[in-house]
Amino acid sequence: MTIFAMLTSKVTGTVDTPDIDDTTSFWRWDFAWEVLPEMLRSFIQVTLLVTVVGTLIAVVLGLAIAILIRVLPRPLAWFITWVANFIRMTPIVVQLLVVFYGFVWMEPMTIALLVYGVHYSTYMSEVYRAGIDSVPTGQWEATTALSMPATRVWSRVIIPQALRSTVPSLGNYAISMFKDTPFLIAISVMEMVTTALEIGGFTYRYIETITIAGLIFLVASYLTAVLVNRLEKRLAYKH
Amino acid sequence: MQHVIEFQDVEKRYGDKTVLKDLSFTIERGERVTLIGPSGSGKTTVLRLVMTLEELTGGYVFIDGKPLAYEQRGGKRVPVSKRDQKQLRTRIGMVFQHFNLFPNMTVIENMIEAPVHVLGKSKADATERAHELLAQVGLPDKVDAHPTSLSGGQQQRVAIARALAMDPEILLLDEVTSALDPEVVGDVLQVLRDVAATTNVTMLIVTHEMSFARDVSHRVMMLDGGKIIETDDAETIFTNPSNERTQQFLSAVLRND
Repeated sequence: MTIFAMLTSKVTGTVDTPDIDDTTSFWRWDFAWEVLPEMLRSFIQVTLLVTVVGTLIAVVLGLAIAILIRVLPRPLAWFITWVANFIRMTPIVVQLLVVFYGFVWMEPMTIALLVYGVHYSTYMSEVYRAGIDSVPTGQWEATTALSMPATRVWSRVIIPQALRSTVPSLGNYAISMFKDTPFLIAISVMEMVTTALEIGGFTYRYIETITIAGLIFLVASYLTAVLVNRLEKRLAYKH
Repeated sequence: MQHVIEFQDVEKRYGDKTVLKDLSFTIERGERVTLIGPSGSGKTTVLRLVMTLEELTGGYVFIDGKPLAYEQRGGKRVPVSKRDQKQLRTRIGMVFQHFNLFPNMTVIENMIEAPVHVLGKSKADATERAHELLAQVGLPDKVDAHPTSLSGGQQQRVAIARALAMDPEILLLDEVTSALDPEVVGDVLQVLRDVAATTNVTMLIVTHEMSFARDVSHRVMMLDGGKIIETDDAETIFTNPSNERTQQFLSAVLRND
């Protein structure tokens, strides 16, 4: 019997659980294989989706924040800095809950994408800021000497050079976003770890599901790290 | 006749440290002028003020008679509009001590970026001109090279070509050989001698290469403590300086030459 069937049949109480009552085995492969598809489904539909879309939002918005703080007049730049610090220094769970209860008409999944994207954009803006600061003064001076317009200065000189040093840190934040997704339970979005607990709740077997969740996280994080590493190499200056 | 560069009572302060004080001079079209003087005398600051890399804290700078940073309006000293300043700045090019090529672009990309996006040249025209200039500086085969793969001397020659690609009226050379290995200094200076001989671009030069200064410049200005203490044609300054401070300075540097 599949776990999926078990989840759906829980109300009727007709669950056939002879194997699962075996609480003496520490680890059961047949059970692990049985729950794997369900775990993967929740990983892809929730964890991966939130992380990928969240990272995209954070990467773009973070860069926008870093540039705006640099180019806007003082009072506006200070305001943006203050808002970004405020978001960065409050827990993501609190932010999820505030938006969840404050904007009840919003889909929980939409809230998830927005909150994770915006929350991490404030971290990434700091990374970008450091990257922008690491571009040597001489590069700015060369753009002045060539009278380059601000848009070209940023798009062709500063951002490409700043990105080189930021890619590893941005990758780390993407990975840490993966690991923050279990907080989604706060707004009743079932991601992978919640699914694991739920299955455990019906079957009294937690080891397999939780271990699988951990392994999926590990593989996903590892693949992300590999991807980031490749990107970093591609951005390195050619000789 | 209109001066290409005019400094009028220029003052430059960093905090309470005054680097230039009541500095006034003029440079004519096509003239090549070298600034000499001990370190800290303000030579580089003069160049950086012309390139608008430094804020002008007092006085006025005119390029072709037009105010570059500040102007006098209604008896008050007011900043020039950003747009006017940018317009005027396109006539000025600068070569830096540390080259400052863009490492994320190839040589040709470095060279056509500003001609295409600032002067509005077509990509084809800019590329053709870039090829000519690279040939002129002796690097015709480095078109698609990345700056990081070039030696210091080669990078500096590309930087000179990049500045010339903007067809500047004024070329500022800020200690362009100071960061180079001794054996490649000659190549770079030869390129500049060639530029001096074949164009009539106005040059304002800061260098420690006294024989180069003597060969290339029409006029030499000796700066000390933020003031011009002597200015004369190159020959006179180097053979028969009248100011005692200039004599001391030259005998000290020429001994090491």
